[in-house]
Amino acid sequence: MTDFNLFSKAPEGELYTKWEEYKNSLKKLTPEEANKYKIIVIGTGLAGASASATLAESGFNVHAFSFHESPRRAHSIAAQGGINAAKNYKSDGDSVMRLFYDTIKGGDFRSREDNVYRLAEISKNIIDQCVAQGVPFAREYGGLLDNRSFGGVQVSRTFYARGQTGQQLLLGAYSALSRQMEKKKVVFYPRHDMLDVVLVDGKAKGIVTRNLVDGKIETHSADIVILATGGYSNVYYLSTNAMASNVTANWRAHRKGALFANPSFTQIHPTCIPVKNDFQSKLTLMSESLRNDGRVWVPKKKNDQRKPTEIPEEERDYYLERIYPAFGNLVPRDVASRRAKEVCDEGRGIGPTGFAVYLDFQKAIDEKGEDFIREKYGNLFDMYQNITDENPYKTPMKIYPAVHYTMGGLWVDYNLMTTVKGLFSIGESNFSDHGANRLGASALMQGLADGYFVVPHTAMDFLAKEAPLLKDITDRPEFKEAEEKTKNEINKLMGVNGKMAVDEVHRELGKVVWDKIGMARNEAGLKEALSEIPKIKEKFWGNISIPGSEKDVNQELEKALRIKDFIELAELMAFDALDRKESCGAHFREEYQTEENEAQRNDQDYKYVAAWDYSENENPKLFKEELKYNNVKLKTRSYK
Amino acid sequence: MNINLKIWRQGSGATKGGLRAYRLENIDPNISFLEMLDILNIKLVKEKKDPVAFDHDCREGICGSCGFMINGRPHGPQKATTVCQLHMRAFNNEDNILLEPFRAESFPVIKDLSVDRKAFDRIISSGGYVSTNTGEAPEANSITIEKEYADEAFLASACIGCGACVAACKNSSAMLFTSAKVSHLSLLPQGQEEGKERVAEMVATMDEEGFGSCTNTGACSAECPKEIGQVNIARLNQEYISSSLYSLLKKKQ
Repeated sequence: MTDFNLFSKAPEGELYTKWEEYKNSLKKLTPEEANKYKIIVIGTGLAGASASATLAESGFNVHAFSFHESPRRAHSIAAQGGINAAKNYKSDGDSVMRLFYDTIKGGDFRSREDNVYRLAEISKNIIDQCVAQGVPFAREYGGLLDNRSFGGVQVSRTFYARGQTGQQLLLGAYSALSRQMEKKKVVFYPRHDMLDVVLVDGKAKGIVTRNLVDGKIETHSADIVILATGGYSNVYYLSTNAMASNVTANWRAHRKGALFANPSFTQIHPTCIPVKNDFQSKLTLMSESLRNDGRVWVPKKKNDQRKPTEIPEEERDYYLERIYPAFGNLVPRDVASRRAKEVCDEGRGIGPTGFAVYLDFQKAIDEKGEDFIREKYGNLFDMYQNITDENPYKTPMKIYPAVHYTMGGLWVDYNLMTTVKGLFSIGESNFSDHGANRLGASALMQGLADGYFVVPHTAMDFLAKEAPLLKDITDRPEFKEAEEKTKNEINKLMGVNGKMAVDEVHRELGKVVWDKIGMARNEAGLKEALSEIPKIKEKFWGNISIPGSEKDVNQELEKALRIKDFIELAELMAFDALDRKESCGAHFREEYQTEENEAQRNDQDYKYVAAWDYSENENPKLFKEELKYNNVKLKTRSYK
Repeated sequence: MNINLKIWRQGSGATKGGLRAYRLENIDPNISFLEMLDILNIKLVKEKKDPVAFDHDCREGICGSCGFMINGRPHGPQKATTVCQLHMRAFNNEDNILLEPFRAESFPVIKDLSVDRKAFDRIISSGGYVSTNTGEAPEANSITIEKEYADEAFLASACIGCGACVAACKNSSAMLFTSAKVSHLSLLPQGQEEGKERVAEMVATMDEEGFGSCTNTGACSAECPKEIGQVNIARLNQEYISSSLYSLLKKKQ
């Protein structure tokens, strides 16, 4: 077994100048020199598209892969609310330091200071870059950029494009990528699933892919591989992630030696449309920005069956405003979610299932007018009405928490390189910046920071110290072996020939993960999960059915390859949640809470990043990266 | 509710396909159209039959993956709605529902209801961007944009690239798609410098890809799930004329 000494490789020096100085010290390549190197990028969402475009602009030859037909389909497109940046355009006292501090605190002191400060610093460049590309951010009447506020902070620093910020940012990155495709600096491989990373002399030098149109297993070699493959919320079956979002690329990298960090740090978003029935295929998020004007409440009485409009003010419990007078409805996501669960568990939940709370806009409509609300949230209200058949201008929305984002991911150092040399991980796919809880409007920020402004520098430095391959090396035995392994696995799956659809197994897995490794966890439940997941694994390998051929479009096979990895990941999540005997951010262990039911951190024993290795037949082994805080004081998070 | 489906089935690579009938009973009217197809597919898998291939991903109406013809209309009967946001309550008990892929020469069928829309990417690649490298951008608020123009640009850039406009058009024209991008960038100061080349290149690519010509029937906008307006086509034409005149003048000089 390999031993890992986890060291962030963050440079010494003053926090405020560290990144600039470090960046200047990194080795550079001229465009002519860069032209000798080939880079593989997996995933073309915000992180992948921005990295691919920027690396191509520097002269590298980029081969970008996606399981989508076009980069514009990536799940980044669905982000609604906005993107944070410490521009301080509102002169409300915002600064890089403040964004840094909010992010560290929001993450409940489980992220790396150096990374987070760099993120806050870069946030300003991102807005400049996007505006230059023509991203149509919301503007004020004077023509300047508009901002709004988001959960967990008390300043207005969120830039937005109605409720479609992710779409507009992704289309910006996609346009930059398209420009490089036209220049032939980027070759795009649509409808390709990455199924393995190939290591040569311990370094990532290529990948194995399956062409989703003709089923062909292909190998590709390059000087480095960058994973920009997003998060793994779909391990829960129901989540707000797009249907095909998966952990497979990351999991295959994990199996090849990339440690997986904090897998149990998964974010439950408080404002989603509640589950309606067993056929539900996915959940829909209602942007957190709605909490700027919407007030969350439940009836004071249990099992109150009256219509919301018939319940008088004094019989309503605006519980977030009551418990958290300072932040009110704008508390961070983990806090808002857990409190919603709590009132529903008390029997005060609403709607047919009792697992929902109201998000009420009446006060805002009375004070600011319906047109104001329509201008700000029109598309979200339309979407809500379309799905639920209820008019949110007339009756309050029903919402409930749902899985939305995963803070955990591949462990990376300050250069965003995993524990496999030459294998980088950017965006949601890595674990780096959000600690135990991500603040709203920070995912887009991190994806673009990594892709536009960090990995292009650190990858160039890495490559400047490596001799270029200069040729295709897929005829090497390492590639042949990986290709064979992939083919064998596919044959094995095709040969199961049982009676269950893959989706049915996925739904069973999701239920266990949601019940035991969801919004609240405890030791008994986690141990149950560890005994139930192997049974699901057995069912999967013994009883799934995949009709059709593997040499053809086969969407059932695509799903099976992903579910197989989700099952293995679920086990690791349980190990991780079991190890962390404290509550922090989104990881709420019921045994560790204050008298006021707030998360009780244990900085003495758990101030570390938990990074896990993979072993086929043994339990995963834990490696710790101790977190150091030199610039902030560890405090108990309070939003009261 | 019970429904009678007729679905276009076509093997990948096969040139010929055909309609096949399926019946589903006791469907909850509150499920989405794609959840109904999920139910059909699970049933088919359990019968060891090949499930229906269709593109979909976000199921929130924003990624643009989904889209096929329902009873002859792209994305089905509901205005301003993608297939994934369509619910079974839009149909009646015992309805006959016909599902076919988007029909256009430039969108070859991959399998069943899934088509290849890479031609759209090639149109964007030929000019649908502002040429700016990472790190070269000036301070964001040094560019001010009148709210009115910023809002108009946003409306144009809200296109999700699903291809419904092409499928709705009798000539399979990609004019609405192309004009949305031309419009978005021509309304903003950032897009001005390359405006003349952009429109010429994008229109040329559109023609090379085999999309038909636009005769302004407005079918595209009427079926567009994001309600991208005809005004964008007018803007493209205006840009195109001024670009052509400009290059004529340049040649004369």
